[in-house]
This record gives sequence, C-alpha cells and structure tokens, in this order.
Amino acid sequence: MTVTEFIVSRLNYWIYIILMMIGLFAMISKKNLIKKLIGMSIFQTAIILFYVSLGVKEGSNIPILEHSVSHAAEHGEIIRAEDYANPLPHVLMLTAIVVGVATLGVGLAIVQKIHKEFGTIEEPEILAKIESGDG
Amino acid sequence: MIWQFDLIILGLLIVAAVLSLRSTDLLSATMIFGVYSFLMCLLWAEMAAVDVAFTEAAVGAGASTMFLVSTVYNTTRKSSD
Amino acid sequence: MKTLGAIAVIITGALLLYASEDFPSWGDPHSPANQYRVSSHYVQNSFGETSVPNMVTAILADYRGYDTLFETVVIFTAGIAIIAILRGPIDKRVRLRLASERKMRETNLILAQTSRILVPVIQLFALYVIAHGHHSPGGGFQGGVIFGASLILLALSFQLQTALDRVSEKKAVTLAAIGILIYAGIGFVCLLAGGNFLDYSALQVLMPVGAIEARSHGILGVEIGVAFTVAAIMFAIYANLSSHGRMKGGL
Repeated sequence: MTVTEFIVSRLNYWIYIILMMIGLFAMISKKNLIKKLIGMSIFQTAIILFYVSLGVKEGSNIPILEHSVSHAAEHGEIIRAEDYANPLPHVLMLTAIVVGVATLGVGLAIVQKIHKEFGTIEEPEILAKIESGDG
Repeated sequence: MIWQFDLIILGLLIVAAVLSLRSTDLLSATMIFGVYSFLMCLLWAEMAAVDVAFTEAAVGAGASTMFLVSTVYNTTRKSSD
Repeated sequence: MKTLGAIAVIITGALLLYASEDFPSWGDPHSPANQYRVSSHYVQNSFGETSVPNMVTAILADYRGYDTLFETVVIFTAGIAIIAILRGPIDKRVRLRLASERKMRETNLILAQTSRILVPVIQLFALYVIAHGHHSPGGGFQGGVIFGASLILLALSFQLQTALDRVSEKKAVTLAAIGILIYAGIGFVCLLAGGNFLDYSALQVLMPVGAIEARSHGILGVEIGVAFTVAAIMFAIYANLSSHGRMKGGL
C-alpha cells in the first residue's frame, strides 16, 4: 500500500473527526448563541459525512437501477450488490438532514425568545442579567 | 468515488467551517455556512449518495440558511467572538 | 472555558483519530457495512419486491416505513414547538421599539416580477420531484422542501402577508396534520385490508393491480403525505422566525 493509497483510504475519516471536533469546540467555547447553533450543525453534518463514507463502494453506481437493468431483472437476471452504493446509510441520513433543520429551527426560536427577554444573545451578558435579577 | 475531487472538497470544507465560526459578523457567518452546506452537497453527489445530495441542496443551502438569516435579522448582527 | 474546551476537544479528537486506524478503507466493497446481508438484500431484491428502481425511495417508504412515519411526526412537533415558543404576549417596550424601527417595505419591481414568473415553475418542479421519486433522486422530503421554499420566495420578494394570504399559518398547520393523517391513514387502510400496518401489498384488494405494484402505489401515497407535512412546516417555521411569531412585518 503506497502513501497515497493509505491517505485516500483514511482521509474521509480524518476530516470527519476534524469537522466534528470543530463543531464540538464551537459548542463549548463560543459565547454567541447563533455561533453555538452553527457549531451544532457542523457537528451534525460531520456525523452524516461519516455514515455516507461507510456506504461508498469503489467502482459502484448510484443506487438507482437503469431502465435496461430493471428490465433484465424482470427476466430473472441477478442484480449484484457490489455494483451499487450501499443505500441504507443514505436513507438513514436523508431523514436526519430534514429533522436536523427542524431542530435547528427550534433552537433559533429559543434564541429569538432569549433576545426578546434579555436583549442580548451573548452568554456571559445573559448570565450576568440573570444573576442581577434583571430581565 | 473520485478521490482528487474528494480531497479538494474536504479541504474547502475545513476552510469554510473555520471561517464561518471565526467571523464576527453573524450575517457573513451565516452566508459562509450556506457555502459549507453546498460543499457538503457536492461531496455527497461525488460519493454516489444522490438523494442525500438533493436533500442537502434543498434543505441545507436553502431553508436552513434562510432560517439563520431571519434570526440574525430579528436579533443582532454583531458577535463578540 | 476556552482552554478547558480545547483540552477536551484535543483529547477526544486524538482518541478518535487513533480509533480510525481500525475503520475499513474508504470505498472498500467488502467492508462489514457493505457486506452485511440487510443492505445486500435491499440492493438485490428491492426492485423485485416493490418495482421501484430507486432503492432509497423503496427503503425509505416501505421497508423502513415506521421510521419515516415518526420522522415526519418529529418535523410536525418541531413546527408546533416553534409556534408555541414564539407566540405569547409581547412586551409593550418591545412593541414600541419594533413599531418605530419598521415601516412598510416597498416592493422591488424587478424582484417582484421575476418571482411572479419563478414561483409557479418552482412549484411545478416540486410536484415533479414528489411524483418522480420512484425513478430519479427525489421524493416527499425533497419535493416538500422545494414547495415550502417557493412560498418562502414569495414572502421574501413581496411581503410576508402576501404569502400568508395564500397559505395562512392556520392552514399550514392543518395541511401538516393532514400529511401525517395521509401517511398513518394508508397504514390503517393496510390493516383493514388484512395486512400489517404499512404493509402496502395488502392494498391489492382495493386496486386492480398485483401485490408488487400495490407496494409501489402505497409508496407514492406516503410520499405525498410526507410532502404535505414538510412543505407546510417549512413555511410555518419561516413565517414564525422571520416575524418573531407576530405574523406581520418580517424580513
């Protein structure tokens, strides 16, 4: 195995880990609430990247049968699993993306409510206002 | 799968993620996050996940950017970090 | 907080990078995830069992029908939660500030005319994506989001009120509930026809088709239900977020 092959076989996992850690760091250390939500979305897409990377097969086609193939399959020809990318991770992640945007919407609604109550979306200022009993 | 294409997009993804989190203007952070979503969409099309790519193009680059922009409009544009 | 966070992130990242040595190579067709019999079964038999060439659609709506049903319920619940969070009495101080800040916005002529032409095309494309999900990438989720985005475009280029005149918030939430009702209703019709819940092959007693085509038609039915919910909730979320839940003014 050459160096290039080794890097290509691991690159997706390394980048998934780096992106996930960027998202985690943003969620922990950023003080702005919208920045925290962007960090959460990056974390989420990193996990989706991991799942989709697992389903890739070298030299495979997209998981949709061509008309000629489906016609042949009707006459008893066997469809080989190696010819098509693994469709199961795609299904799981497709619903995860749409649910993710719905939960991002809930988070943004809470941010707007906090801004309405406290007049700021910076975490230290909100904490100071709660401690002084204002707001 | 085309690994050269994969390499370029993954590099740009890291750049987009870091720039989006470093920007002190929340509107530009949101816009760079839209770019990040679109790069993810390209990456999934390259990895043969066409349905996921289609969903990400509609949801990530369209709807979720719009939600973030409307929240930035209703709250504040400045960020301390 | 920053240094503490950095330490935690670096330790976690290092452990994960160390563990990534044991992952299968990227693109290896013989990795455990690709060789396990569940996904091989889907690839080899989903066309023969459902007559849907797009495997992702077949798995999404048929084999994993329960999963998709409750994902749709999650989206519906998120929409309801946003309305519940943002609605409520507005502080007098805030209302005065908002009233002074915002005047009626003038509609840009070029923007308005362009979107007047674009919106019907986008909606037609959304319906095509929903209906053609069996043969090409697409389906209820994607088509629903595109349909919701066309309403968002209408609200952006004119005013929020323009879009709300077409689909009021009450109508949007009702449509979202109808979507889930269509999905669960098809499941119950399957029960009444003598099959299991969401087993569309039981629908063959109601249609002049065989069991395999009945599954294909059942998939189309639930995709329409998903599209209703997703389109309505996307627009309801945008309308609430852009106007602070007051349904006027807005972006």
